[in-house]
Amino acid sequence: MEALVTKIIPFSSVDGPGNRTAVFLQGCNINCKYCHNPETRKVCISCGECVSKCPAGALSMDSGKVIFDASKCVSCDTCIKTCPHDSTPKAVSMTPDAVFEVVKKQLPFIRGITVSGGECMLQPEFIRELFTLAKKEGLGTLIDSNGTIPFSEYPELMEVADGVMLDIKAFSPDEHQHVTGAPNDMVLENARFLGETGKLFEVRCVIAPDLYNCEESVRQTGEFLHPLYKLHQFRFKIIAYRPMGVRKEYSDMRVPTQEELSKYKNMLSGMGYEDIIII
Amino acid sequence: MRPISMERVEQTRGEILDIIKSAELTHEQKVTCLANKADSLLEVLDLPEGLDELLNVPGDEKCICDLSEGHAPLRPRYITPDYSKLMKEGCKYLNLDAPKDLFEALNTLLIFYKHVPSVTNYPVYLGQLDDLLEPFIDTVPEETAAKLIKMFLLNVDRTVLDSFAHADIGPKPSKTAHYIFEAEKVLEDAVPNLSLKYDAAVSTDEYLKEAVECALTCAKPSFANHKMFTSELSEKYVIASCYNGLLLGGGSYTLCRLVLGNIAKKASSIEDFKTNKLPYVMDIMAKYMDARIKFEVEESGFFENNFLAQEGFISRDKFTAMFGLVGLADAVNLLLEKEGKTGRYGHDDAANQLGVEIMEIINDFNNNHTNPYCEATDGHFLLHAQVGLAEDIGITPGTRIPIGEEPEELIDQLNVLSKFHKYFPSGTGDIFPIDLTVHRNPEYVMDIIKGAFAKDLRYMSFYSSDSDVIRVTGYLVKRSEMIKLDSGHAVIQDTTALGLGASKNGHILERKVR
Repeated sequence: MEALVTKIIPFSSVDGPGNRTAVFLQGCNINCKYCHNPETRKVCISCGECVSKCPAGALSMDSGKVIFDASKCVSCDTCIKTCPHDSTPKAVSMTPDAVFEVVKKQLPFIRGITVSGGECMLQPEFIRELFTLAKKEGLGTLIDSNGTIPFSEYPELMEVADGVMLDIKAFSPDEHQHVTGAPNDMVLENARFLGETGKLFEVRCVIAPDLYNCEESVRQTGEFLHPLYKLHQFRFKIIAYRPMGVRKEYSDMRVPTQEELSKYKNMLSGMGYEDIIII
Repeated sequence: MRPISMERVEQTRGEILDIIKSAELTHEQKVTCLANKADSLLEVLDLPEGLDELLNVPGDEKCICDLSEGHAPLRPRYITPDYSKLMKEGCKYLNLDAPKDLFEALNTLLIFYKHVPSVTNYPVYLGQLDDLLEPFIDTVPEETAAKLIKMFLLNVDRTVLDSFAHADIGPKPSKTAHYIFEAEKVLEDAVPNLSLKYDAAVSTDEYLKEAVECALTCAKPSFANHKMFTSELSEKYVIASCYNGLLLGGGSYTLCRLVLGNIAKKASSIEDFKTNKLPYVMDIMAKYMDARIKFEVEESGFFENNFLAQEGFISRDKFTAMFGLVGLADAVNLLLEKEGKTGRYGHDDAANQLGVEIMEIINDFNNNHTNPYCEATDGHFLLHAQVGLAEDIGITPGTRIPIGEEPEELIDQLNVLSKFHKYFPSGTGDIFPIDLTVHRNPEYVMDIIKGAFAKDLRYMSFYSSDSDVIRVTGYLVKRSEMIKLDSGHAVIQDTTALGLGASKNGHILERKVR
């Protein structure tokens, strides 16, 4: 079995607690307007647009397929900026074993791994195998997900996953549809399932004031999750929309102020949440 | 005493007048510089043949450097008094009784610090503060204890005018350490330098986290691998000055350094470097250190007459000396170039392997050289990865990877470091600026420390890329003070000038942020 791996970050401080190796899988099933790594959304169709643009000669065409030579890459991201299909020629097909070989180089400096995307839950079997390997080495295992795939249908995966960092991108179904192009009934269903089974590690709300009523959404999300918080505590992360990496048409939206972010934090702590981080 | 030329006397007189008229030196800094100039006129050491052309030459040719210790050392370079004796018995010379509460304990220490000499004329070791103060910490209400510790630290910063002054804490958590962290986060001062001796078996995660949060605010404490130091120097070791592991109640007579890059310039090949040039310079440096030590012990009178020795706060047989080096990276890169080989230190296995081979040669040499006054360390000097001088240009500290050439991924840098830290019981260390604004994740740094110490790294320092207090090479300075000095104003601590030099010549503000 193989998965398309966008990249592996050896030391990450922003993908869960402590130092973790973060594995990004290619491909996503929704379309968030503020997506800051849109190149992870789709699988490369080998249109070849990027090949001639690469200043380092790291890309070539062979039998109708784009070939990427990592040793020549200078990480200028010209290919990603050029791609008309929200993809990257740099994603590599890898087995769980091959990915774990890369993860192992970071021992003993990391406490765990996090699989992210794209939407990594599009490849749940791959994650299960990778996590099984990680568990044998005593590493922590977290999933970073948009919550559109039902976790309850993958009990074997949940057995080897410590928890899920779940995006709740808007509480109202209409607003979620507007922000992501997808409904949120499954997201909330997942929140309930994960909360009840003690696998909800973190909930994230991206604050993009131009896109939806953030204050109302954070309030409703906080209220909805509160019974679950009483069962098992989790972290709340309030993430400010920032234009870096965002597609041009959505990159001039308003960035929330520190005051706004603090207001939401205070609102949540007023409800009794203790671990709230503003990013 | 050998005579010197009138020309040298006249030149020194000119330099003395320049010091007196300087607008950028404080009174204390002038007095120190004047004393150094007086000492520089003496010729009393029994110098080894061949030293002159290795030592007294322009910077880009210098193979041995004695780090401004002077021509007639009147005291050991680093002195590490056993302050616990002061806490238990007081001091006869200073007419101080043993303290009975926290007020007295802190006051006693502050008085004593004024009387502890070193190469900087300020103490380079301020004691294991948690062990010294914890017995007194409950003699006053908590709020008072916190305030007293804060005032003590403020006092040290404003009166011990040199950030090589180093205090230690750990590995056990303590109220004292907690108050120190709380105070330092607010004070954001450069002095004292601070090390936490970390041992995963004893230091709790809560303690480590509090320390990391403090470090990301004010660049201290640094983290010392307690198990590693203990295995080499026993439980009775201290971290003094920059990051120097030394025995408690002793210190280091002297520190000289090999400038490996300049030695490599003289070599025709890797083989020539390994078998001729490096051994030749090492031999002369060791003899030079022997001569310095002989003078200190047999002629200076320090160990007979200074109250620290007379009362047993230090004892001569706990001293050793530090056999230092800089520029391993420079030597490796130059030697590879000379042989037409590709590869850079810190990046290629062959280059790193050459670094290890050079270190093995230096280590072997040191293990075969004996000095009668280094009984404390089995008759040998201790190797030391020296961090550099303000005037160093093109010289990479110790065994570090040059700034600007750090591997893209921190893991790759750590793996290189883990090959080299083990050689240096008397100190080595690496420094990592952290982009705290994104992280809000002290556990990230905690995991790196734990992993690093499991992989035989010795000593690590972190600071936030946006903080005012930053670590230059081994000591701390405030960016704001460097700016003040650079615009021609005198600043209180003499290390600020060293930091300013290092920021201009050593690119210390351009380290890769992690």
